[in-house]
Amino acid sequence: MTVRNLRYILFASITFGFACLLGAMLLAAARAMAASPVAPPELLSQTGLYADIARGEIAADHLFYSPQYPLWSDGASKRRWIYLPAGTAIDASRPDRWEFPVGTRLYKEFALGRRVETRMLERQADGSWAFATYVWDEDGREARRAPARGRRGLLEVEPGVPWDVPGQYECLACHGDRSAPVLGFSALQLSPDRDPLAPHAEPAAGLLLDDLIAQGRIRGLLGASPDWPAVRAASAAERALRGYLHANCGGCHNAAGSLRDLGLRLDRATATDLLDPRIAERLATREPARQMPPLGTHLVDAEVLALLGAWRDGREPQISLHR
Amino acid sequence: MHTLRFPAVLLTLALVVIGTGPGRSVDTLTWPAAARAGTADDAVERGAYLVAAMGCGDCHTPLKMGANGPERDAQHFLAGHPASLEMPDAPELGAGPWMGVMSATMTAWSGPWGVAFAANLTPDPATGLGAWSEDEFVATVRSGRHRGRGREILPPMPMTILDSLTDDDLSAVFAYLQSLPPVVNAVPSPRPPRV
Repeated sequence: MTVRNLRYILFASITFGFACLLGAMLLAAARAMAASPVAPPELLSQTGLYADIARGEIAADHLFYSPQYPLWSDGASKRRWIYLPAGTAIDASRPDRWEFPVGTRLYKEFALGRRVETRMLERQADGSWAFATYVWDEDGREARRAPARGRRGLLEVEPGVPWDVPGQYECLACHGDRSAPVLGFSALQLSPDRDPLAPHAEPAAGLLLDDLIAQGRIRGLLGASPDWPAVRAASAAERALRGYLHANCGGCHNAAGSLRDLGLRLDRATATDLLDPRIAERLATREPARQMPPLGTHLVDAEVLALLGAWRDGREPQISLHR
Repeated sequence: MHTLRFPAVLLTLALVVIGTGPGRSVDTLTWPAAARAGTADDAVERGAYLVAAMGCGDCHTPLKMGANGPERDAQHFLAGHPASLEMPDAPELGAGPWMGVMSATMTAWSGPWGVAFAANLTPDPATGLGAWSEDEFVATVRSGRHRGRGREILPPMPMTILDSLTDDDLSAVFAYLQSLPPVVNAVPSPRPPRV
């Protein structure tokens, strides 16, 4: 063993040591990259929704909207906002699969007397969406991110009927389909041609499709038809019912998502679907293994059942009192 | 002696490549090596081991009476509650510490949740898991909901056992289940609790 060979071996050993260090750094970098997207903040006041949360002042760049066919949520009052980063626009070239810009955030506030929850979705750089829900303090001055598993029975909607705060997996149950994570913000739901009989419709319309177009916040909408989107039905009641199924069932029961093999196309519900006794059966029960939707409510939607009964019997439907 | 220079340089290069190894294959450092689903065959083998060890067949393969006492019905391996076995209403237990009743096949379970029937885990597309994707299987386990989106999986299915598995192990379980012979067996829908 000569001195020169020893020098080579020493050199090789030092190089090996540096290589291990490089390997460890690569590993840390890979882990750091995998750790992004950025997790939603702990407090609602940190999300940018409120200019002044204690005074309930919404930030000017968060736009109020109201889908014409709201989801049934046990009678909770709801308000919704969308934030689109400045200079960005929604790509609506695929009608059933709008592409939202990175950084888009949608919020939905639920109130039972007082504000209870504000839920949020945010589009991440890698195309995925982050979900969070914020539970309001009783004094209404701040809302705090709920635990990942949610909170069952946060309070009572009415005696014996709990309000459950969803966990991450509950968010994903409805919003986790890669083909359509955003629900309730679409051409039909924001159409200026609003259905006067839509069950539980909220009084103020907010941002509509024509506003989005005028503000340059949407691109690629097919402009062939002069009419705004609407359910074209034989009667007002049929229109309202088919719109209801679109909103309450179509998020899962459609031709594009993970449950397409079930063969139910309730995003484009027909009059024949309305006559299917399975629809009425699932709407009329809150038995956990039978109710539809499978989560999110403990109370039957009596208004839609009454409308369905009236339509089937050919009776004049009552105009919705929730205006 | 310069003839050693070349081998020394080669040794150095080899050591550099080996040294950066841990940074290149991230996931080998996260799970134990034995659990890694390497080739497709490894996954199926690992899945078979896990399914045997977790005892899935205890509820999902019907028990039948053989010549020497109760035995598993191999024709219905992991195929769930036999469709041909009509179950009458379970006996009422009333208030008290006894909570549940099971069928002799150990595939139908009556309790406060109503009646649950063990699912067909074979890859038959119409009556088993043949139409499911791996994502849906994992979503079912992690969320406790049917296909990650529907009704909750009912007791007595011990979801916490499956949920404690790593993603790789769940993937192996699914690969094994998908490799089984498909059995056509339309397990009945669960029954609600009697009022």
